[in-house]
Amino acid sequence: MYKIVAKTRLFGNAAKMEILSPLVAKKAKPGQFIILRAKENSERIPLTIHDVNLDTGTVSIVYQVVGAGTMELDSLISGDSLCDFVGPLGMPTKTEGLKKVCVVGGGVGCAIAYPVARKLHEQGSEVHTIIGFRNKDFVFLESEFSNVSGLIRVMTDDGSYGRHGLVTDALKELLDEGHRYDEVIAIGPLVMMKFVSALTKKYEQKTTVSMNPIMVDGTGMCGGCRLTVNGEIKFACVDGPDFDGHQVDFDEVISRSRMYEDFEKRKREESCRLFKQEVK
Amino acid sequence: MARNLSNTKVEMPVQDPQVRAGNFQEVALGYTAEMAMEEAQRCLNCRHKPCMDGCPVRIDIPAFIAHIAEGEFEKAFLTLNRDSALPAVCGRVCPQETQCEQKCVRALKGESVAIGRLERFAADWYRNSACKVPPKPIPNGHKVAIVGAGPGGLTAAGELARLGYAVTVFEALHLPGGVLTYGIPEFRLPKDIVLAEVDALKRLGVEMMMNTVIGKTLTIDELLEMGFEAVFIASGAGLPRFMGIPGETLKGVYSANEYLTRINLMKAYEKDASTPIMRGRNVAVVGGGNVAMDAARCAKRLGAEEVSIVYRRSMKELPARQEEVHHAQEEGIIFRMLTNPVQILGDDKNWVKGLECVRMTLGEPDASGRRRPIEEKGSNYVLDADVVIIAIGTSSNPLIRITTPGLETDQWGGIKVEGESGKTSREKVYAGGDVVTGSATVILAMGAGKDAAKAIDEMIMGKKTDASDT
Ligand SMILES: Cc1cc2nc3c(=O)[nH]c(=O)nc-3n(C[C@H](O)[C@H](O)[C@H](O)COP(=O)(O)OP(=O)(O)OC[C@H]3O[C@@H](n4cnc5c(N)ncnc54)[C@H](O)[C@@H]3O)c2cc1C
Ligand SMILES: Cc1cc2nc3c(=O)[nH]c(=O)nc-3n(C[C@H](O)[C@H](O)[C@H](O)COP(=O)(O)OP(=O)(O)OC[C@H]3O[C@@H](n4cnc5c(N)ncnc54)[C@H](O)[C@@H]3O)c2cc1C
Ligand code: SF4
Ligand code: SF4
Ligand code: FES
Repeated sequence: MYKIVAKTRLFGNAAKMEILSPLVAKKAKPGQFIILRAKENSERIPLTIHDVNLDTGTVSIVYQVVGAGTMELDSLISGDSLCDFVGPLGMPTKTEGLKKVCVVGGGVGCAIAYPVARKLHEQGSEVHTIIGFRNKDFVFLESEFSNVSGLIRVMTDDGSYGRHGLVTDALKELLDEGHRYDEVIAIGPLVMMKFVSALTKKYEQKTTVSMNPIMVDGTGMCGGCRLTVNGEIKFACVDGPDFDGHQVDFDEVISRSRMYEDFEKRKREESCRLFKQEVK
Repeated sequence: MARNLSNTKVEMPVQDPQVRAGNFQEVALGYTAEMAMEEAQRCLNCRHKPCMDGCPVRIDIPAFIAHIAEGEFEKAFLTLNRDSALPAVCGRVCPQETQCEQKCVRALKGESVAIGRLERFAADWYRNSACKVPPKPIPNGHKVAIVGAGPGGLTAAGELARLGYAVTVFEALHLPGGVLTYGIPEFRLPKDIVLAEVDALKRLGVEMMMNTVIGKTLTIDELLEMGFEAVFIASGAGLPRFMGIPGETLKGVYSANEYLTRINLMKAYEKDASTPIMRGRNVAVVGGGNVAMDAARCAKRLGAEEVSIVYRRSMKELPARQEEVHHAQEEGIIFRMLTNPVQILGDDKNWVKGLECVRMTLGEPDASGRRRPIEEKGSNYVLDADVVIIAIGTSSNPLIRITTPGLETDQWGGIKVEGESGKTSREKVYAGGDVVTGSATVILAMGAGKDAAKAIDEMIMGKKTDASDT
């Protein structure tokens, strides 16, 4: 059992949990992920490692409730324990030798982008950050990103905070202003990463994206996380999750991520009923 | 003692095919004590024991069968247990017709003695009735780490624990058992049996560390630094192969590993399971081994109307166990032999809608001695399918190989070992089972676990120095 030592609500349906797992904490590098099961008989859920604390042996994750599995996770509170917690999985994000980088984060993806930005800053790279959210209620990690970035743009879809627009608008502006990067690192919803990659391709800016296809084991055993990169089949859990955004077949990944839509919808409704009853 | 001169095995009761094709309960129901004693009396107790030569772990077959014939079931179990840690498993899943039973003299005229069924009977009887808690071994003060909780790892763990070693098993998944848990379905091997075996190991003092991926959470070198005096790698051959034909990333295409893992490990067949699985109407399974049979039979149980096995050679070359092929046929699985897929077709929303196949004929025998399938030009046709399952084999997972400097592997990624000891190119590191041989059998993995345990014990106890080995 893996104890939840702290849980903090970030906004609406997103929260951060710190989980006791000294072995994972010791090994984790930015860009890697874990797989957890909230309870006996729960689904295996992959989540990126947001931060670690070597003194306390804890690993923090940030999740957004999207369906039954994350709802079940969200029903646990500080002091409860997770049934299973395995990691760190996947390859760490490559940061060596990068001198100037633009980190682009979207929504909860920012929680994953932050440790990468911090690592780049610590190794002396020049970091530009663009983070985007739905509206001002969803903005988080802004001051943390500011501390590690030479330049930061905060975007909201409706203009209720920061600038009005998408992260791609801000990125295009920076590129048009003449900024050139060794790499653009984009982490967020699939559609966002697809459009960032399309944009940077025009500007010939190398782009790394963090892919999150449906997974089961996370160790290369099932092949369920496969995607096509440069015409070849890759397993996101062992070869990734980072890939060259200009080579990923995004449309295929987006289509595959909807494979269980009907099942997920039914489960979500069941869980909504179940958890509402528990709350009452 | 009375001899049973019948030329056929005593039938084992099975669930009716019509009924069982709709549930996940065990198909074969096992012998009663009377049936077992009757079948045991067919054994001639041959002096040369030819059957033993067919068993990879050389179980004293005539001896255990003689005990059954006398109604001494506990003695029968103890005889089995001397050479096999998991007789309840092997009695169910060993390909007996190509092993022990193939060598049985009674097979010269009629059917062989039902060695597998008798083995299963003795093990089940012991689990359900005697099941004495073994005395806790006296600790010898030495520590050994095992990687992987499949049959190879569990066997080595048991052998070493009985010798007094403090054994820790590290397993990547959340449950132990390896393929026995995530691959072979409940209706062929009830998971309770695997769990009972694991519990017995825990009572012997074996520590089970789930959720630990060696190569990620810890490396082999870190295990050695932690004070483990030897490491046995039994991580299996779990990396699925794909065919490299168009359409393999369409929705509705699974590797057999993913399909079976969702069903067995994640219990997707249960009504309120949290893990989804596609329940197709027309399911095509590509491949002809045990894995393909298991996937096809699961698909049927999940409600598919038509399930086909698509295999490029003929019935004669099917590598699956005979009993599984037979059971699959009874359950209405269609065998499309001499058929090879060339592409998977999708609809406008990227869902699978068919499997384009080409007919094959058999040519001259190839290096493996099997007749080589050759494509019949222009014989392409489309098989309707909304789920396609690829069961064409697996290779070993690279996680350990790439994180263990100096560990030599062969061209397929399997770990290289010296003879039977399982000794690898790295000192104190041993390996066995599918990670060495590629996909093989449960009993071979267990045999490797046993041999490696012996070699590890000799190495640690200094009965044999490393120098004399090389
Ligand atoms: C490597 C990786 C890192 C991730 N990191 C984070 C993170 O840091 N924070 C975060 O909020 N989310 C992250 N995700 C996504 C997260 O795993 C899914 O949101 C979660 O599994 C959804 O489960 P559910 O049962 O609540 O939703 P469901 O109702 O089951 O599904 C909702 C959505 O989640 C996707 N999904 C469902 N099951 C899985 C699965 N087993 N694996 C991947 N995606 C799935 C579906 O495609 C669907 O779009 C990550 C995914 C991957 C693969
Ligand atoms: C569907 C199916 C049906 C089969 N049917 C039969 C049959 O009827 N009869 C028969 O004799 N054989 C059958 N086999 C083959 C048989 O199951 C295998 O040969 C046998 O299980 C191999 O045992 P093993 O201990 O080497 O590995 P496995 O059983 O594969 O176990 C390896 C274990 O190691 C774990 N692991 C892997 N990597 C790591 C890591 N890096 N760190 C920690 N843990 C790790 C895995 O999660 C797994 O639990 C079948 C196989 C399959 C897939
Ligand atoms: S272990 Fe397998 S091969 Fe050996 S006797 Fe038993 S069934 Fe036959
Ligand atoms: S060969 Fe057959 S008949 Fe002879 S001892 Fe073995 S099982 Fe009995
Ligand atoms: S999640 Fe199973 S292979 Fe990647």
